Amino acid sequence: MDLALIYDNWELFARGLQNTIILVSCSLLFGGVLAVPLAMVQAYNVPVLGKLALGYSYVFRGTPLLVQLFIIYYGLAQFETVRNSIFWPVLREPFYCALIGFSLNGAAYASEIFRGALLDVGKGYWEAAMACGMSWAAAFRRIILPIALRKSIPAYSNEVIFVLHGSVLASTITVVDILGAGRQLNGTYYVTYEGFITAAALYMAIVFTLSLVFRALEFKFLRFM
Amino acid sequence: MDQLIEFGPMVLGGLKVTILLALTSLFIATCFGLAGAALKLSRSRVLRMVGSAYTTLVRGIPDLVLMLLIFFGGQILINDLGKLTGLWRYVEIDPFTAGMFTLGFIFGAYMTETFRGAFLAIPAGQIEAAQSIGMSPRTYLVRIVWPQIVPRALPTFTNNWLVLLKTTALVSIIGLHDIVYNAYQAGRTTQEPFIFLMVSFFIYLVLTLISDFFLRKLGRVYALK
Repeated sequence: MDLALIYDNWELFARGLQNTIILVSCSLLFGGVLAVPLAMVQAYNVPVLGKLALGYSYVFRGTPLLVQLFIIYYGLAQFETVRNSIFWPVLREPFYCALIGFSLNGAAYASEIFRGALLDVGKGYWEAAMACGMSWAAAFRRIILPIALRKSIPAYSNEVIFVLHGSVLASTITVVDILGAGRQLNGTYYVTYEGFITAAALYMAIVFTLSLVFRALEFKFLRFM
Repeated sequence: MDQLIEFGPMVLGGLKVTILLALTSLFIATCFGLAGAALKLSRSRVLRMVGSAYTTLVRGIPDLVLMLLIFFGGQILINDLGKLTGLWRYVEIDPFTAGMFTLGFIFGAYMTETFRGAFLAIPAGQIEAAQSIGMSPRTYLVRIVWPQIVPRALPTFTNNWLVLLKTTALVSIIGLHDIVYNAYQAGRTTQEPFIFLMVSFFIYLVLTLISDFFLRKLGRVYALK
């Protein structure tokens, strides 16, 4: 292990860390926003839409993320219409392709968690809200959703770590994330351990930090239970 | 369409590698999982710490990072050890072995939690009762504990299998000719990556559907009465 080499290239790893953090947090945000309606239509058995959402989450959870990523990055570029469309500036960039892939995939997993949490909210909350004269929409927005999201925190913390683990696949489509930085270091200096072990250590550090953050969040938001 | 007929069998050929890899690594993961659970449930503090270190490490480091580290780093490590001790000459780890052991190692950690959880769900009174009528640890493990671990561990075990099946796609990155690798190569040769990646996408979906079907049957056979 050549520690000086790692130190000399700290900027490379800093860039990788930055890319990983942006990639993970943005895909969690987009995935989470997409997951709420997906979970709603499933939990409340909305005709047609509920079945479609179920199919969406089954297909995305039943196939490897790597294949989904390859289809978005390599597959779509095959079509002339895609290359001439207004989406091309986005679909041309590996970073945005990774972001799209992780968001769509993450939404499928998060929707499962939210669906379970929505169904887990007791009937009494609905009845109490209705008795106060709230409309369905008001009751859902102000009572049911906040409770369901709070109840999702323990399962969602696993999902966040899962998205972080999945984000390393971005390096397979040339994004310089943490692993991408490690691979670049190894490739440039013909070394093996330095890049991978630094990447492993950085990922460990992020997971450790996330666990602490989620423990604090659970303590703060689940005290009412 | 002609190209699909010409290169389709090549993609399907990868199916054999994928399934063989998934089954062998499932076997290794089960062994690692049982060993890991034994470590984490052990009376010795040192052994418990070894078990915790194992699961923490796997939870902290993304699968692909571990796989690259074992495939590239493990090879050098083994050869350095061989040179140092003079016990063996140059050894080459093929991607199948590296992939199999990495997947086994990673999913062994998840299996550890599966088996540990199943064991902890058995009421302590049962083991005390077994001891009080004079059963040896070996006897009560075989007659009392094991028959109850199987149905309790099965739901998580099957979930681990589904995740493992999809994670095998990562071996395409270390050059093993599995479904994804072959689909990617066929796509490059024919300039039609979308079609071939979609083929691999549906193969995984079918594999998930078949697994789901059989595992549900198995779950009914082993359901706790």
